[in-house]
Order: sequence, then C-alpha cells, then structure tokens
Amino acid sequence: MARFSPVGTMLYLAIRQPCLPLTTAAMSSPPPPPAEPLLKIDLRNPPLAALLAWVWPGAGHIYQRRYAKAILYMVCILGTYFFGLALGEGKVVYASWNEVDKRWQFPLQLGVGLPTMPAVVQSMVVRRGGEPLFGGLMAPPRRYRDKQDKWVDELADWHKGLNIRFELGTLYTMIAGLLNVLAIWDAYGGPVITEPGKERGPPEDKEKDDKAK
Amino acid sequence: MLLASALLAPQLWYSVPLILAVSLVYGATRHELPRPILQHAWHTALWMLIFMGSIFAVLWLVSLWV
Repeated sequence: MARFSPVGTMLYLAIRQPCLPLTTAAMSSPPPPPAEPLLKIDLRNPPLAALLAWVWPGAGHIYQRRYAKAILYMVCILGTYFFGLALGEGKVVYASWNEVDKRWQFPLQLGVGLPTMPAVVQSMVVRRGGEPLFGGLMAPPRRYRDKQDKWVDELADWHKGLNIRFELGTLYTMIAGLLNVLAIWDAYGGPVITEPGKERGPPEDKEKDDKAK
Repeated sequence: MLLASALLAPQLWYSVPLILAVSLVYGATRHELPRPILQHAWHTALWMLIFMGSIFAVLWLVSLWV
C-alpha cells in the first residue's frame, strides 16, 4: 500500500486544485470587472504633444492636462538623467564622432531633449576650433599638446578619474533617453490600457456563436 | 560569505533607482490612473529583480568554478 508524506499530499493537492471541475456557480458568476474604468483621454494635438514631450520630459503631458503622469515622467526621467550626469561630473553626455571617439551613446541620450542640447552646442563650438563654453560642461574630450609638449588625452583622464562612475553615468543618461521615447509615445498615442479578456469575448458568447453555426 | 560580500557590493545598489524609474515609466505607458500604474510597476520591478537575480546567481555560481 502506497504511503504519502504530509508535505507530498499538500503538494499534490496544491497542484491538483486548479484542475478541479468548475461548479455551476463558478461558471455562472459575472466576469471580473476591468482593471480600470474606460477613460476618455483628450490627447489634444498628438504631434505637438509628442514634440513637447521630447523637448522636456513631461511637458507634452502637461499640455494634454495629464498632470499626474507629467510629474511621474518628469521625476523619473529627469531624475535618472541628472543623477547620471552628476555621477559622471557632467562629462558623460557629449557629442563626438571622429576616428578616435565615436560616441554612439549620444543619440540615445538625445531622447531626453533640451537637457542634452548643451552637448550639441559644445560640439559645434569645439569643431570650429573654439574653446568649450560653460566651463567645459558636456564638451567633447580633446587631445592636445600642453605647454610641456606632452600629449593630453582628456577622455583617458576622465576614465581614470571617474572610474566606474563614467560607465554608470553613461548608462543612467542613456536609459533616461530611452525612457523618454516611451513617454513621447504615450503623449502621442495614449496609454496601452490592458484589460483582461478584452481580446476575447466571454465564453458563453462563443458557445452561442458555435451553436448558431 | 562570498555571496553576502557580492550582494553588498556598492555597484549593485546603483540598479535600484534604475529599476524604480524603468518600472514606473513602463507602468505609466500601459495605464492612465495612479493605482493601476503602481500595480503594474510593482509587477515589472519584481519581474526585473527575479530575472536579474537569476542571472546574478548563475554568474556567481560560474565564478565559483573559475
């Protein structure tokens, strides 16, 4: 005669329970209410809202009068961006595309919009041979000979000085840019509200349809 | 002991604000009201923690052999 331990019996019951036949009461109970009531969201002018959402995270939602979401996006995206920028001491966001340094991360950081614009300005200034503005904030790294005729490689110095914070700062600012792409999409098209059972009709209707056929 | 020291590594804690921000923003793109947003964000954060935790556990076990 087979003997089962209490733990084994409990496990067996826990696994078996979902397979128990449904009672009539359970089958005739009304379907569960949707996750959230149906909302009518006025997206106003979606392209303009999307543009504003790119320029400043949350601005598109303010324009649409969706203030709670605007605050959420602003805090999360700008908080991530500025925390990353602070980790990298303002050096992790810069625009540079030359043989030595191809900053592929910058297009992703550009998703944050206006807060990355100093990097674009600095890049243009440095490319024209000028001195970086704003104390070198978001300026691309340079390579030059100093007064003692020694080569100075700013990018190498940044990596040496900041160590892991350079990579972390870059990661944070990149993720902030990518998150704002989601926010821009939300401003343009509204939320993708997921309601359980919306894709399929209730089983009773399907049975009726089958019988009618 | 090794696992505890790995878990307490300061670099690991930098992931916490990222998980928070990503899950909240992702939740906000799926819903409009605060309550469903927070519920979705909680599930996303949990999913990310379990997913990254399992990768961490695998890498940690591999590091024991190497």
